[in-house]
Amino acid sequence: MAYVPIADQAHDLHDPHSFITKYIWSQDHKVIAIQYGGVAIMVGLVALCLSVAMRLQLGFPDSFSLIDPSSYYQAVTMHGMIMVVYLLTALFLGGFGNYLIPLMCGTRDMVFPFLNMLSFWVYLVSVLILLSSFFVTGGPTGAGWTLYPPQTITDGTPGSDGGIFLMLLSLGVFIIAFTMGGLNYVTTVFQARARGMTMMRLPLSVWGILVATVLGLFAFPALLVSAIMMVLDLKLGTSFFMPAIMSAGEQLDYSGGSPILFQHLFWFFGHPEVYIVALPAFGLVSDVLATHARKNIFGYRMMVWAIVAIGGLSFIVWAHHMYVSGMNPYFGFFFATTTLIIAVPTALKVYNWVLTLWEGDIRLNTPMLFAIGFIFTFIHGGLTGLFLGNVVIDLPLSDTYFVVAHFHMVMGVSPVLVLFAALYHWYPKVTGKMMNETLGKMHFWCTFLGTYAIYLPMHYLGFLGVPRRYYAIGSTDFIPASAQTLNENITLAAIFVAITQILFFINVFWSLRSGKPAGGNPWGATTLEWQTPDTPPKHGNWGHDLPIVHRWAYDYSVPGYPDDFIPQNVAGDFGVSDDHDHDAPADVKG
Amino acid sequence: MGFYKELSSKPWEYQGPVEGTTPESAFEIEPEKIALRMFMVVASVIFSLIAITYYVRLDLGDWVPLKDPGLLWANTGILVLSSVCLQFARNAVTRGDLGKTKILFFLSGVLAVAFIVGQVLVWRQLNATGFAINTNPASAFFFLLTGMHGVHLLGGLWVWTKTAFRLINKVSATDIRLSIELCTVYWHFLLVLWVLLFATLANT
Repeated sequence: MAYVPIADQAHDLHDPHSFITKYIWSQDHKVIAIQYGGVAIMVGLVALCLSVAMRLQLGFPDSFSLIDPSSYYQAVTMHGMIMVVYLLTALFLGGFGNYLIPLMCGTRDMVFPFLNMLSFWVYLVSVLILLSSFFVTGGPTGAGWTLYPPQTITDGTPGSDGGIFLMLLSLGVFIIAFTMGGLNYVTTVFQARARGMTMMRLPLSVWGILVATVLGLFAFPALLVSAIMMVLDLKLGTSFFMPAIMSAGEQLDYSGGSPILFQHLFWFFGHPEVYIVALPAFGLVSDVLATHARKNIFGYRMMVWAIVAIGGLSFIVWAHHMYVSGMNPYFGFFFATTTLIIAVPTALKVYNWVLTLWEGDIRLNTPMLFAIGFIFTFIHGGLTGLFLGNVVIDLPLSDTYFVVAHFHMVMGVSPVLVLFAALYHWYPKVTGKMMNETLGKMHFWCTFLGTYAIYLPMHYLGFLGVPRRYYAIGSTDFIPASAQTLNENITLAAIFVAITQILFFINVFWSLRSGKPAGGNPWGATTLEWQTPDTPPKHGNWGHDLPIVHRWAYDYSVPGYPDDFIPQNVAGDFGVSDDHDHDAPADVKG
Repeated sequence: MGFYKELSSKPWEYQGPVEGTTPESAFEIEPEKIALRMFMVVASVIFSLIAITYYVRLDLGDWVPLKDPGLLWANTGILVLSSVCLQFARNAVTRGDLGKTKILFFLSGVLAVAFIVGQVLVWRQLNATGFAINTNPASAFFFLLTGMHGVHLLGGLWVWTKTAFRLINKVSATDIRLSIELCTVYWHFLLVLWVLLFATLANT
């Protein structure tokens, strides 16, 4: 049978008519994206509340008796796992991936819409399983989000009876959901692009999401394998990870297993996971920066190559999370080296973002503020990462608040700022309404300055040697009493930031009703999702005819063209946007 | 290869739809095949990771090698037959010979079910001879690996069942060809996987 490319295949649209097929059992990528995003943000709010509970305990250990040591560890664990997996991964890939891939590639939907729908519902099941662990006897697991055995499943760790099983089950279900979604995203990007949309004409958002998805497909199996093996250790008494161990004076039935083996498996997932979250953020922020600086992204090819390079390197740096677990010095040397090497393509991206801003016609609206804020927090978190990547520096700092500060800057605040930039940026396309700028800017300054007030002092606490993971520090010889004052201020800042997020939700709901109509392309952006005939795009996205792509994604401020942007689907040769190579416009067929 | 050449192109230097009106698919095969190949890569990663832990755990000292049940050889033979039948079914459907396709396709499914039943019998034999999943690491890995392989085959059988229903409901050879091809590729993959697993289990 002759091969027919997807874009040329006769396409039945099957317009859904009833409320249920349109909004609940929907196979439309845009509705699924909103479902994914909504659930992820809801569960993220649970994790936010948990962090406030933790901070109240740390800031005012004697004034509030909200939580006891057990529930403190449960809060730490659930906060970490929810934020990393169920919020960030799900929102970037399930939310933005679903919404943007078909629109930016110029196709009508994902290649496998049914699988896409299934992916969301399975994800919802995983979230419900996770949340149900709050209601079982013993509560959720308190083993820390890294779930290190043997303490994860021995008595005495909170949630060792039911919570840990639900956590592992939920992760397994999540991975199934992710795999279904991930196969879809990758196939769609490879096979279903519009005419003229070569891989190198794709916006960086799609590149970031694509490579992150591939990373996820390779990395999540490691988590799945470790979860399955740990469930067997827990329920059937095997000894994959469990060594011979005494618990509460009794010899348990385990022998010979290796906890370190679990750590390797976990971090073989865990480090790529950092980039599963970071790469979509890199992509989205590149598009937001270029659009609002009215300039082409600096070094597009380098940006693509850097995304691919970071993705590849992220699989050979995992053991830098395990320096304190002990390892052969040569092994540590290898991982320290690869860790520092991965900083090269990452720094390249940062330079390119800054150079994109250079002499740009910058519009400091809310999405742009969040995007620029991201550059600050990411440089900050990235630089401390260079310190921690070295074995000798990591050893004394690893168990202190320095690490908490580092990864919250680089993996917490930075992706969240990009999420907000992206939400403010694409909200007009999703809803057809503009968001309120004043509220948006207030939200930005409160969040940006507030998070600095939280995490900057934590670096200092780390230098003082304040240990992380502790329920209460108590009095020691080496930590001055002033550290507690700092902790109180951090807690106040954290509560402030948590409360100001209400501004965002007010803005979302208020704008939905009373926001200014946005029109099709309020930011004057070039990429395809802004060129849809309807806003918000209807089922099938493009009306009767699919777009034909004539140029790359970043033709901003092209000399000689009346507008300061040329959409990707506009035909014609208006000179090249780069200053040199004017006489080599290859194969012009416009 | 076009893909790598593409990565080094300078998209800002040219305008117009590239190569006239050809849409830009990266690979000239059906998307289902791409998704299946990627899934096989994911499954390979899963089994490679278990294999790595297997060899790490092997060296930790308390490993008591299993005596391989002879039934495994019979099961392997059944799985080979199942794969062969499916290959012939695929050849038949390409020729448009639906009658032969049906017989061979159903036979391959029956054989796959027989393989799973055989594996369960092996589990029961091992349990009866005192090797439970928690007896020692060798038996734990045996149950884990055979179980994971079985689960993947069950997933394949789910797709097989859907295809079988379509075959019963009078479908044309061109419509059913892709489903049978996908099943065939996946069956071969699981066969190769099983042979590798069997070799690993038998040699340690």
